[in-house]
Amino acid sequence: MIAEAGHYALVLALALALIQSTVPIIGARLRDPALMNVARSTALVQLLFAGLSFLALTTLYVTSDFSVANVFENSHSMKPLLYKITGVWGNHEGSMLLWVSILALFGGLVAAFGNNLPLSLRAHVLAVQGWIAAAFYLFILMTSNPFLRLAQPPLEGRDLNPVLQDIGLAVHPPMLYLGYVGFSIAFSFAVAALIEGRIDAAWARWVRPWTLVAWIFLTLGIAMGSYWAYYELGWGGWWFWDPVENASLMPWLSGTALLHSAVVMEKRNALKVWTILLAILTFSLSLLGTFLVRSGVLTSVHAFATDPTRGVFILLILCLFIGGSLTLYMWRASSLKQGGLFAPISREGALVLNNLFLTTACATVFIGTLYPLALEMLTGEKISVGAPFFNLTFGPLFVPLLLAMPFGPLLAWKRGDLKGVTQRLMAAGIAALLAVALVWAWTTGGAALAPLAIGLGVFVIAGSIVDIAERTMLFRLPFGVAFRRARGLPRAAWGTAFAHAGIGVALIGIVCESTWNTEYIGTMQPNDVAKLAGYELTLKDVTQRQGPNFRESLARFKVTRGGDEIGEMTPSKRNFAARQSSTTEAALLSRGASQLYISLGEETAGGGVAVRMYHKPLVLMIWWGPVLMAFGGLLSLSDRRLRVGAPKPAKASRALQPAE
Amino acid sequence: MALWFVFALMTAAAIFAVLWPLGRTRSDAGGTEASVYRDQLAEITRDTAAGLIGPTEAEAARVEISRRLLAAVDAEGTASVGSSPGFRRAVSLLALIGLPLLAIGFYLPLGSPAMPDFPLAARNQSPSPTQPLNNLVAQVEQHLEKNPTDGRGWTVLAPVLAKIGRTDDAVRAFRNAITYAGDTAARRADLGEAMAMAANGVITADAKAEFERAVALDAGEAKARYFLGLAAEQDGRGSDAAAIWRDMLAKGPADAPWRPVVTAALARVGGGNAPTSGPNLPALSQGTIASVQGMNAGDRNAMVQGMVDRLATRLKQDGSDVEGWLRLVRAYMVLGERDKAKSALADAREAVGTDAERLRKLNDGLKDSGLDG
Repeated sequence: MIAEAGHYALVLALALALIQSTVPIIGARLRDPALMNVARSTALVQLLFAGLSFLALTTLYVTSDFSVANVFENSHSMKPLLYKITGVWGNHEGSMLLWVSILALFGGLVAAFGNNLPLSLRAHVLAVQGWIAAAFYLFILMTSNPFLRLAQPPLEGRDLNPVLQDIGLAVHPPMLYLGYVGFSIAFSFAVAALIEGRIDAAWARWVRPWTLVAWIFLTLGIAMGSYWAYYELGWGGWWFWDPVENASLMPWLSGTALLHSAVVMEKRNALKVWTILLAILTFSLSLLGTFLVRSGVLTSVHAFATDPTRGVFILLILCLFIGGSLTLYMWRASSLKQGGLFAPISREGALVLNNLFLTTACATVFIGTLYPLALEMLTGEKISVGAPFFNLTFGPLFVPLLLAMPFGPLLAWKRGDLKGVTQRLMAAGIAALLAVALVWAWTTGGAALAPLAIGLGVFVIAGSIVDIAERTMLFRLPFGVAFRRARGLPRAAWGTAFAHAGIGVALIGIVCESTWNTEYIGTMQPNDVAKLAGYELTLKDVTQRQGPNFRESLARFKVTRGGDEIGEMTPSKRNFAARQSSTTEAALLSRGASQLYISLGEETAGGGVAVRMYHKPLVLMIWWGPVLMAFGGLLSLSDRRLRVGAPKPAKASRALQPAE
Repeated sequence: MALWFVFALMTAAAIFAVLWPLGRTRSDAGGTEASVYRDQLAEITRDTAAGLIGPTEAEAARVEISRRLLAAVDAEGTASVGSSPGFRRAVSLLALIGLPLLAIGFYLPLGSPAMPDFPLAARNQSPSPTQPLNNLVAQVEQHLEKNPTDGRGWTVLAPVLAKIGRTDDAVRAFRNAITYAGDTAARRADLGEAMAMAANGVITADAKAEFERAVALDAGEAKARYFLGLAAEQDGRGSDAAAIWRDMLAKGPADAPWRPVVTAALARVGGGNAPTSGPNLPALSQGTIASVQGMNAGDRNAMVQGMVDRLATRLKQDGSDVEGWLRLVRAYMVLGERDKAKSALADAREAVGTDAERLRKLNDGLKDSGLDG
């Protein structure tokens, strides 16, 4: 009954989505509040049914009901409970169900907390959400239904791909989907504004928290995916410019641009048309990412769907939504009023610069990802656009962006004083130069650009500190006063500082890791010692062990530095019999922000084992950066002004402040 | 029936979601733009205080926002609220009739409402007469889940798993048996066999390694040696395979149960003249051989038995095939059923009757069968 109830709930969700996508729009035409409010109740109940459906599938996985084809193909009764649950979205059908559940969740959130939205805007936004949801419910029911049954239930399932049996997978896809799908709200707001033909500063304020939520999750999702690839795939790399990674990076870049241009729109009522376009593009790129990963266009670890009908269906959805929204944009955008003039040197100007660089960077990733696919489709020629292309295009675009970044928050709106800002950033510049000189002195030889890049990172971090110091007038006022001012600062200002500093932190990590990464690759016998970056790693022994559904060979390494024992590392190689495949479990030893990394290769005949060892200086900063950025986003989200449905009395009390 | 009741409840909830707002006479008006602008005015004051914006800019911005605020308040004042009872009724009808029809129309072709759930736990507990073995296996597996180091348990479970076709699990179980109950040549050979079964009869490199380990532990381990021969055959080294099997036949005991299988294999690779002229099994087609390789010993025996029975039935209907009679008698000898062999021989004599030519052929053929008279 659970399986069938889940299936029926999904069908009901489709029916509700269809009603949600039509009735409110007609209601808005007729100015009938009751019809417009249908959007709200249907969105909430649609969330209920999508949630029930997802819960049903999860229950089927947990109870190992192999009469459901999807469970049979991706689960195994002996699998640990955690991986039974994560297995729900470790396959195509289940992950699509997660996708629509999250879509329904966002729709439900707008319905529940969008009290401060004008009625017709809310009706339109939810109707557009209804279109997206209906398209994807249809896709699931028609081409990738997770609730199809097997007449003869097999006794045992086929198990989940062992590479995916990892805690990283438990969290990475839901995060990423929360990001991807979260941008659907920005998209719906944009399309709703185009339909209504009305857009203003208030629109930007309403759309910003949703964009921010999506951006936070996407940032964390990408970082987590990168860390998962780092320790699970056993190559010691953390970013491969793999098309699937690019598919998640593109919405992040345009989403970041959207976040910034929405600020201009909110504060200065400028860049309205551009912001709408960015909102449409960002969700289109999210859809494109879904298409690339789910259609099987790419052959990658991620693409477990290879059924052509699915690809065609998703392509249709893609064309419908991207083409439709862009046509609507072309038709209506000219009627939107432009507003808010500003001088080139101003906060607005800085944010436009940011947008230019971010969208150009996004475009290069887009070309680098899709050009090889298009070429292969047209001429059959296979080319690979790898790291060199992206390093040559993406890198130079980011350098000026990062150079300009500390200036932005310090410039005034409308008309800024570049000279004054430069003076105020002097401290940051000096810190950066000092860092360059220090690093240069420390590492004579090596890449000449690396100390400069580190200097840039320091400049960005110091710039955000200067920003906060300027706002609180630290050093100019007594410390107590400055502290009180710091507490009084809008949380969004703190958020900006943290997010910008996060970029600097990540940059330093990336530069250090890629420049001073040392490695040792060789075959070791027990009691052999490998020397790596001042550490001595001794292979103590290699043993075999039986896990719940795998068998692993486990190597133990003793790590010493100058005779002092630091710790033990135990990398392993697991063999999963059910799928005839193996995974490498790298061992990581963190020393501050640096890490030692050991991954095992094949065992050789003479009792030795092939090992790859890396010393990665400051590698952890690569992920601390995004975490800082996400934290900044969270701070900004918690800003009272952005809180959705903030109580009104508080606003009144703030309005009394002018006496200050 | 309960299922349809649940469906009805769910449908009712969905319909209610559409009808509820339509039935309400008064609904909230939603937020307004004006509040956003009031917020912005307050913010400008704050920014001025923080020195982020000059007093002249602040004044300009304040004027701008106030202008927008006034416009927004004006627009709110003029916005009319309509009501269209006719359309509300149409939507109600859509919800009451269209929604259930659509849902059922979509669900019926896709769903299987007649099918109950089959959670694993429920299937294990309900005693099913057709699957007593599976229930036993599940119980042992549960026990082993709690006591994963019980070597004896794994040793018992592994061959059963192999027999019921859960070869991947059998491989795991044999591995555990080796880990916790000790490494023996026989277990290694069984492990290799299970691996080969899991790979549909192909002796994989892993399986081969297990057989080699088994032979290293005990050079006389017949199963491992037979499969090593098979591995050589699959690699296209027929003469190596023949050498291994010939050596087995030469050194192995005369009454070893594996003799016929090895002899048949040897005949297949063309090393026909075995040192001890073992009896030939009924000839197998190439396809059958391929499938036999994927079987375990029990299945293989059952298959041979089936073929022999079919041969016997055929000869009962048409007894003129001397070669067939000879094969049948030899097969019974191989299977150790001497009585049946004798009765078959008697049947053969009777069927051949007075045909001198055939009788001579029959007697010649029986010379080395070990059956006298």
